Amino acid sequence: MSRQMRQVRDCGATLIRARWMSPVLLLAIWELGARTGLIPEHILAAPSAVLGTLWQMVITGELPRNLLVSLQRVVIGLSIGFGVGTVLGLIAGLSRQGELSFDPLMQINGKIPVFALTPLFIAWFGIGEFPKVALIAFSTIFPVYLNLYGGIRAVDVRLIEAARSFGLNRAEIIWHVILPGALPSLLIGMRYSLSVAVLVLVIAEQINASAGLGYLVNNARDFMRTDIIVVCLMVYAVLGLAGDALVRLLEFRLLAWRPSVVQP
Amino acid sequence: MSIAVQVRAIAPLYHAHDCEGEQVVRLRNFRRQYGVNTIIDGLDLDLYAGEFVSLLGRSGSGKTTLLRTLAGIDRSNGQDVKVPGSRAVVFQDARLLPWKRVWRNVAVGLKGDKVRERASLALHEVCLGHRLDAWPLTLSGGEAQRVSLARALVREPKLLLMDEPFAALDALTRPKMHKLVLALWQAHKPAVLLVTHDVNEAIALSDRVLVLDKGRIVAEERINTERGKYRLGLVSELRRQLLGYLDHDVVAEPDQFPCGDIAHSTTPTEQFAGIDSQ
Repeated sequence: MSRQMRQVRDCGATLIRARWMSPVLLLAIWELGARTGLIPEHILAAPSAVLGTLWQMVITGELPRNLLVSLQRVVIGLSIGFGVGTVLGLIAGLSRQGELSFDPLMQINGKIPVFALTPLFIAWFGIGEFPKVALIAFSTIFPVYLNLYGGIRAVDVRLIEAARSFGLNRAEIIWHVILPGALPSLLIGMRYSLSVAVLVLVIAEQINASAGLGYLVNNARDFMRTDIIVVCLMVYAVLGLAGDALVRLLEFRLLAWRPSVVQP
Repeated sequence: MSIAVQVRAIAPLYHAHDCEGEQVVRLRNFRRQYGVNTIIDGLDLDLYAGEFVSLLGRSGSGKTTLLRTLAGIDRSNGQDVKVPGSRAVVFQDARLLPWKRVWRNVAVGLKGDKVRERASLALHEVCLGHRLDAWPLTLSGGEAQRVSLARALVREPKLLLMDEPFAALDALTRPKMHKLVLALWQAHKPAVLLVTHDVNEAIALSDRVLVLDKGRIVAEERINTERGKYRLGLVSELRRQLLGYLDHDVVAEPDQFPCGDIAHSTTPTEQFAGIDSQ
């Protein structure tokens, strides 16, 4: 076997082992199928067509405008969800009475499928912005609540005892020991809530919206514009990833003391 | 069970302290129960300002329970217990807050100004002046225990409680920690109660050794020999006695050890009843 052939073979082996290989291959097959007419455009637009549409939607301002509307719904809904979840998690985590009062309600909240709740919210709040934000808020309370509550209860009791032996009062123990100890769990809850929020956004925006990513998708469906649908799917994915990256950054800053992140 | 206990009996223990300074701790007929288990049963204890006292006892003898009361972790529920408000604890596991840098761990709960300066001073005293801003999880076991010592000393306690503080350290680090603790004690002169199950350690460090068994102080010995490397040799007789005391039931019935001892290690009464009946 010549040296050149061996080089080609080694190169091929490296390519096959690369992580990005399979997605790229899929894209290539997809593009090829679309170009040869194997995949009709009303079934699935070619990747190149999708990119072109993305560019068009960006420069006409259609995508940014609708993205902003969707973002606003997520941000408001999440803020309410985080806020309520955090407050209730604190109350239930820190006091027995709080647990007795709120935990059953929260468990019910966590067990109700949001999708099943949608018709009720429409009946109550109509089809404006409010039911969309309310759905996101409702569904993001539970992950934050549950993780914070669990995190508080899991704080090492020996650390609390040590703090008490140094004369810290209850408020100081909560501030110096319990809250920082529960923070990693709270951040996990936030990450979970973020992904739930994007999921519920999709559902919420199917409710007769006149703007937003969901509106774009609905419209595109009516006109068989699969390219626009794929663009919106990409945006949803990016939204989810960006939210996750945001919380990871927060973790990196707030949990710098953890061994996995600590600089030796 | 007829092993003669040669260490002095408890009865005359508590009248001979007129030479000492101010009384810091006073417990009379102290009891502590958890459910049906009586951990401490009618215990008397006196500690005086500036003295270094060791409390010896096997696992399950009630050492840690007693210390929790003295530390204010458990409430005394109206019993005859006098402990100073100014007290600090060094735990066996250093119990540092991992999310606070070393100096903030030392300073936790301190009131007043110049908190960082005070923490820094204490850390320099335990030779950790270079690790003020380190994260606790990056410290070695010995370093963490020194931080814990600094955290206790920065409060200038009248009573310093130590719960087997050297048990988790290696054999090379331990003597260094002994020296450091003695130096700090001599500089600050708190009353020290060191809970340990290491007889050598107790003899090397203390003015007075107490032996706790079945929730009572069953023996006490005062050590007048000057501290230093000859102490262990000079007090070998005492060491033999104390060790003998700690070992008595195992010596009496060595075959009894597997299972029986382990299973009942926190309820010694049952274990002794079993031996007596033979």
